[in-house]
Amino acid sequence: MSIELDNLTYTYMPGTPFEAKAVDGVSLKIEDGEFLGVIGHTGSGKTTMIALMAGLLKPTSGRVLIDGKDIAEKGFDRKELRRSVGVVFQYPEHQLFEETVYKDIAFGPIKTGVPEDDIERRVRDAMALMELDYDGVKDLSPFELSGGQKRRVAIAGVLAVRPRVLILDEPVAGLDPKGRAHLMNLITHLNAEGVTIIMITHSMDDLAEYARRVVVLNGAKLVMDDTPQRVFVRENELKQIGLDIPEVADIASRLRKKGRKVDESVIRLDELEKAVLRLVRAKAGNEAFND
Amino acid sequence: MIKNVSFGQYFPGNSVIHRLDPRMKLVLVIAVIVLIFMMDTFIGNLVVFGFIVFVVILSRVNVRFVLRGLKPLWFIILLTFVLNTFFYSGGRELFSWWIFRVSEEGLTSAVRLAVRLIYLITATTMLTLTTSPIALTDGIESLMKPLKAVRFPVHELAMMMTIAMRFIPTLIEETDKIMKAQTARGAEFDSGSVFKRAAGMVPLLVPLFVSAFRRADELAFAMESRCYHGGEGRTRMKVMHMHWRDGAAAAVVAGLIVFAAFGY
Amino acid sequence: MAIVEVNDISYSYTGEMSVTPALSGVSLSVEKGAFVAVIGHNGSGKSTFARHINALFLPVSGKVLINGMDTQDEAKVWDIRKCAGMVFQNPDNQLVATIVEEDVAFGPENIGVPSEEIRARVDEALQQVNMIEFKERAPHMLSGGQKQRVAIAGVLAMRPDIIVFDEPTAMLDPEGRAEVLETIRKLNGEGKTILLITHYMEEALLADTVVVMTGGRITKTGTPREVFADEQALKDAGLSAPPHIELYHRLKAKGVELGECPLTIEELVEEICRLS
Repeated sequence: MSIELDNLTYTYMPGTPFEAKAVDGVSLKIEDGEFLGVIGHTGSGKTTMIALMAGLLKPTSGRVLIDGKDIAEKGFDRKELRRSVGVVFQYPEHQLFEETVYKDIAFGPIKTGVPEDDIERRVRDAMALMELDYDGVKDLSPFELSGGQKRRVAIAGVLAVRPRVLILDEPVAGLDPKGRAHLMNLITHLNAEGVTIIMITHSMDDLAEYARRVVVLNGAKLVMDDTPQRVFVRENELKQIGLDIPEVADIASRLRKKGRKVDESVIRLDELEKAVLRLVRAKAGNEAFND
Repeated sequence: MIKNVSFGQYFPGNSVIHRLDPRMKLVLVIAVIVLIFMMDTFIGNLVVFGFIVFVVILSRVNVRFVLRGLKPLWFIILLTFVLNTFFYSGGRELFSWWIFRVSEEGLTSAVRLAVRLIYLITATTMLTLTTSPIALTDGIESLMKPLKAVRFPVHELAMMMTIAMRFIPTLIEETDKIMKAQTARGAEFDSGSVFKRAAGMVPLLVPLFVSAFRRADELAFAMESRCYHGGEGRTRMKVMHMHWRDGAAAAVVAGLIVFAAFGY
Repeated sequence: MAIVEVNDISYSYTGEMSVTPALSGVSLSVEKGAFVAVIGHNGSGKSTFARHINALFLPVSGKVLINGMDTQDEAKVWDIRKCAGMVFQNPDNQLVATIVEEDVAFGPENIGVPSEEIRARVDEALQQVNMIEFKERAPHMLSGGQKQRVAIAGVLAMRPDIIVFDEPTAMLDPEGRAEVLETIRKLNGEGKTILLITHYMEEALLADTVVVMTGGRITKTGTPREVFADEQALKDAGLSAPPHIELYHRLKAKGVELGECPLTIEELVEEICRLS
């Protein structure tokens, strides 16, 4: 399933002194199975862009096309849209409301018209994916769980719909290192199974590690759209718009500035480790040779 | 974005009207309301009109904002006008049609009532436009102080008002977020019968309440750790002082009331 | 005597039917002017610990002395809170007033500071956090980092010796985080004693002492260099080092003869350059 944004614009509070463009003429095509990272500082329009993508806001102008069909068109099936595009918002645990974990996770599937006899299985599967113990947790109130567990239940609620496209807004915000690692692993796993991932994040390290394409928003406009390697090499431009580069890319860049040979494509820890070992061993080899 | 709209209708400024003591302003607004209902003659009404225009000019508040205060009430003003015109019994008939009968007295009383309503709203709007919510709360708290004698929780009430004003924008923003999140999960907030819609609000209201309670809980900790322990022994950064301008304002309003008492 | 003396404290949360131990046998002393970071994963007890410093929580056993005052002593509660201020995680849920300067004034008003002095303190505190030009704004119009700086000003206006930061950056974007950290460093430079609770390892690197908490206990204490050199201690605590330290450990494991554990990226780059 492909998502295409065609010259998309969204204006907040048109006709008032507060009028502002939150998304300005963005065009973007996301193919089936991609892992897209979206970066930009706060207020650059990322969150509005994903709300438009998921049909939660009506664009002021421009179109959102899913598999070539305009989602604003009359004949477009809303339920189908909700079924195929799942959204995990920032702090998703704030959306929990049912009496039991089971009911909360089943809410999405029921509302989007999943057949009754399939719901239990979906809840089970989603809980298994989120490493939640089905029998131990399903009858508890979501409000008596710990913070990390609540987040997992909330995400399970989105996964139970089995979306083909999963949009995530800062999914690891506020999680501790363990929680972050678990969630990032899950997201890569889903992507490997064919789910398209669109992820907003401030963590450049995560993007460098997992994303295959990165788009950069600045002042409501799309300013970069490329592989993470080619985006993060544009260090100065990113700094100008207030964004950092991944720490690994930073180390690599500093080494290059000191005249050490590290390839510009190095943005992951494994790659940097290899590059540094090569540098160190080359010198050791030279010394051995000189001896 | 919703959060960019300032809550309340305070129009920041530094005019004489802004700088009047909030307590005096509250008392004077009540006096002016009394005055509006006392003034009965055309001249009297003209004087009140002049007075309100004078206050608006002194306050240097954009007239658009003053008129905006009337906007939600146009309907009520119109309704009062229509009811009074057509259903006033007695008086000299001007014309009649079917069951409607318009009399001279009916028309005058309609105009009078509509004008009074407009004055009333403008006067109170001027109060909220020129007084920050905090000053207003402080003023109310101070005026209600005598009630403490009968164990009325004056300070607590004022504190609650302040906190409510502080959190309304936050909760509005939160409502927007939760609605989006639930819509993405397939919830519908704007379709179906009344009952269906009411039931459909549960996924919005429960998280909103939970969040409000969580916020209240955290706020209580924060307030405690900032040494809050009720109104006892509390001082204020901004102390309300009466100035000559408060006296002058009181004199003007008192003068108008005397003028009205002479039959205008 | 140290300004913060925590002596063998234990604490448990009492639910309807259960008692969950949250702290057991925690001892720590912090000297005046120190910058201590407490790290640990969620549920390690670090926030519970923080709330003992200004008597929001009282230990079930053991003692907490702040500037010599026992937190169990009810008569001293307000003096303790005046001396040890606290900044919380959610910037929204700790601001009380609808105007920035009114909010900063809240603390001094509560402790009965005379009006003119409150004015002076509020302006000074807002200067310190670089928010003076926002003093008449409404808090909900500010960014997360700005709100958090207002919250810090609110604490500063009470002239505390100690400021406890309970995950102050967890809900902020990188820009806000940088602003808040810069403010914390500056305040420490001006002599305030800082206790920073965090799960961001990079932030712990700024402290002069790092305390690792696991399951309600202190499992490691030392300088950032000592703590981050101990890979196992971090792993046991469910934490992971920042990428440059992770790289350092990986390279060492591969036999590269690097020197001591680097705190900054520059230090690591220097080391690598020395060897290549």
